[in-house]
Formats: sequence, structure tokens, C-alpha cells
Amino acid sequence: MYVAVKGGERAIDNAHRLLAHERRGDREVPEISLAQISGQLSLGVDRVMTEGSLYDRELAALAIKQARGDLIEAIFLARAFRATLPRFGATEPVDTGAMQVRRRISATFKDIPGGQILGPTFDYTHRLLDPQLAGGFVPEQPATSDASDAAMPRVTDILGRDGLIEPSPPADTGAPVGDLTREPLNFPADRDLRLQNLARADEGFLLALGYSSQRGYGRNHPFAGEIRLGEVEVEFMAEDAGFTVPLGPITLTECQMVNQFKGSATEAPCFTRGYGLAFGHSERKTMSMALVDRSLRARELGEEVLAPAQDEEFVMSHSDNVQATGFVEHLKLPHYVDFQSELGLLRKLRQEFSEAVEPSQIKEAAE
Amino acid sequence: MSASDDAIDVDVRNGDNGKQALRKAAMAVLAYSDAAQIAARLDMMALPAHEDLREPENGLVMVRGRVGGDGAPFNLGEATVSRAAVRLVTGEVGFGYTLGRDRQKARLIALCDALIQTAGHADMVEAQVLAPLRAVVASDRHRRARETAATRVDFYTMVRGEG
Repeated sequence: MYVAVKGGERAIDNAHRLLAHERRGDREVPEISLAQISGQLSLGVDRVMTEGSLYDRELAALAIKQARGDLIEAIFLARAFRATLPRFGATEPVDTGAMQVRRRISATFKDIPGGQILGPTFDYTHRLLDPQLAGGFVPEQPATSDASDAAMPRVTDILGRDGLIEPSPPADTGAPVGDLTREPLNFPADRDLRLQNLARADEGFLLALGYSSQRGYGRNHPFAGEIRLGEVEVEFMAEDAGFTVPLGPITLTECQMVNQFKGSATEAPCFTRGYGLAFGHSERKTMSMALVDRSLRARELGEEVLAPAQDEEFVMSHSDNVQATGFVEHLKLPHYVDFQSELGLLRKLRQEFSEAVEPSQIKEAAE
Repeated sequence: MSASDDAIDVDVRNGDNGKQALRKAAMAVLAYSDAAQIAARLDMMALPAHEDLREPENGLVMVRGRVGGDGAPFNLGEATVSRAAVRLVTGEVGFGYTLGRDRQKARLIALCDALIQTAGHADMVEAQVLAPLRAVVASDRHRRARETAATRVDFYTMVRGEG
């Protein structure tokens, strides 16, 4: 009930004007550019692209600027923008095996074909604040060395050759790929829908759930089989051209989690898998996603569903931070009429209570 | 990097498949490049008359991944994309698709795609537009590969306890 908002137009306009002023900050300080946000706050941009479910660096940078650095607000803006454009179709599935790798590590094998490549990482930094970065710091040019053309097979492909790990679920040609932006979510949900949900999910929510699974709430004994970051080519079947056209490269992070065994009377035991994939350089996100993907396979793998991370309805219904913030934050919109009715009810209950308990000592509550 | 290189260093073959592979390889180079770089190189050429068959437009594509990297497909998230179609006065139709919202770039790609289907302009587009841009793509990739290679590491395993 929003009747009380009526008549507030001028105040709202002025509030937005004040917001624009505050967003600008000190006008003596140069305005931040989208190129600066995209280039120097790039991991924030990657998060907005991933959870906003929209790969467009410039738009994500604009959203962050408009949201004053509030990434969930920026994700909201990115999601809303999607509704303004028509969808031409779906791409061919990307081939992460053909990635131009910029980082690739495995915590399971130290000697993997193609090698361990640290790339641009916070790992092994000391996490001490660097006063040099406060201004004017010019970093060294990156070191270089001879690049090899050696193939970089996925670690799961190597394990798969010996049958030590379960294969990925095969593509069922002709089966439609579930899309939760088109159809409402129903449970139980298949893995394609679960992965789409997790890819858009709030990083903090997945991080906490993944962490809970490590601490024993649905333990699944994970190893980071491989994390890789780099560029993959995107291709699209263009009906007008009559063939699959290249659209250009996008940056992706992929995490292959290797988990403890399954087996049966008829099948030899093997490692199981959890999978994470995200736009940009999103390592924590893809690791958390892979942990939760594996936890959500409890039903499929015949495990008892005891922990929150294994409960697909709980996880998938609460993972979306745009939905979550909408419902939490709507509480601050005027609810005067609703509240008046509650207030009336409460007064009536209190009166009945007073009359029942000590009818002789009725003291009317202050009106 | 092998797959994309293969796409670029494609054999020039006869027949429809060869032509299609050639067009795809050209599109890959153009999609990687900035509109300004493509436009600057096309400006140096005398171009035949042409018209928009499809007005350049923005839209979205749903980017798909595969479960485990190699399994069944799933929807990862959308990406902005631009597309256009151009017809030359001689009848050839070119198509332009690229990630991002640069409509002009989609039109330039479509124009190049139409031109490389003509006997009269294919060689010039290859020499003046595609070859130099392909060199930029290769040099970017090479630089990144060299920077990446410098971070290759060998982990030593310490044996815990008395071993």
C-alpha cells in the first residue's frame, strides 16, 4: 500500500538530485572514467558481468559507476538492461579446452602436461597494504619467456583416460537446454538449470555454502583439480549467413573440482566432479560454484541430503542477489496502511489481554 | 591458442567449404579488432557501391558452456552482440557479427565479408585489411603467451614426517 507516497514527487526528485551530487564526490577531484573502472577495478567488473549475467565490460563499468561501487546494485542495473535488447539466439557451447590460457593451476598433480602457470594472481602475495599504490606507482613491465605450443589438456581429461574419474554427462543432442530466464524454476531441477542458477548466483552466498560443505555440512572431500583462466572464442550459428560465425573472444574462469568416490556392485569406484564456470577472472566464484554444484548432486549420487548446500530448492531459491535484495529492501518502502492494520489488531489484543488478566486494574495503554 | 590459430591460418581451398572457412577466418580477425582499425584500412581502398541489407542492430546471445568443460551444454549468461548485413551493387551479401554494442563495427565486418566474396576486391581486402590486422592479433597473442610463460612454475613436493 503506497498511498502515502503520493505527493512526494518533489522530495523524490530532489533526493535523486542529491544522490547524483553525492555520487560525483568532491568536484575538485577528477571524475572516474569507464576505462579506469574497466581497467583498474577489473575484478569488480568481472563480478558484475557474471552475476548480472551480461558479458559487456563497458556496461558493467557504467553500472558500477552509477551504483557508486555497490556491486549488487550494479548487478541489478545490468540485469535490467538485458530486458531492453532482443535475444538473437544461443552460442555454440564454448570449448574451454581450446582456451588461450593465462593462468592454469592444479592442486592435484604438480607435473601436468602444459605445466602449472600462475598468471596474474593474488596467491603468494603477503596481503600487506602497499603504500606505494596510494599514487604515482609505475609497475615494471611483465617478465617474458619463450611460450610453448604444448597442449594444455584439462586435468579431468587426464584422469578420465584411466577411468579414475566419472565422465561428464554427455550431450543429449536435440534435448533443449534449460533456461531459467525463460521458464519458471521447478524442482527437482536438472544440472543444466542448476549450473545456470549457480553461475548467476551471489558469490558470497556460494562462498558460505561451499565453506559449510568443507566444514562438514555435507562433506564431499574436494580437491581443486584444475583452475584455468583465459580467452575462448565464441561462435554463433547465424541463420542468415548459413554457417557458424565467430563473435570474438571472451574471458572465462573454469574450476574443475575433484571429489571423493562413488562406485557400486557393477561400477568400479571413481572420483566424482563439481564444475564452476564464470565470466572474467572469477576464481573464488568458480571454486565456490564447483563445491556447491557437487553438493547439489547428492540426490543423483545417492547421498543423504542433510545439509543446506545439498538442498537444491533451498540453494537455488536463495542464490540470486537481485531477487534477495529486492525482497529484503522492499521492507523500507512505505507500508503505512499494512502497519496501521497490524497496529489496530495489536491494540485490540492488548485490550483483550488486560481485560482477561486483571479486569480491575485496566490501564489503557497510551493512545 | 591452437584452435583460434587454426581458424586464422586456414588453407585457401576451392569449393564452398573452403570459401566458408576463409570467410570465418576473416570474421575472426575482424571481430577481434577495433572498428576504428578496420575503418582506417577500408578508407584506403576504392569500394564498390553497397547498401545495408540489415540495418546494424544490437542484441544479446546466450553464451553456453558445457558441464565439466566437455559434457552437456548449459546456459552461462548473455553477452551483447551487434549484427549487420550489407549488399554490394554487384549482388554479393556479407554478414557481420561481433560481441559488444558497436553497430558500426558489425557493418564494417559485413562489408569486408561481402568484399572477400568478390573476385575484384578479395585480394585487396586480404592485403590491406586482413593481413595487417591478423599480424596485430598474432602479436597480441604472442605477447600474452610470453608474459604468461614467465609465470610457469615448478612445485617441489616435500616429504612429510620421516618419509
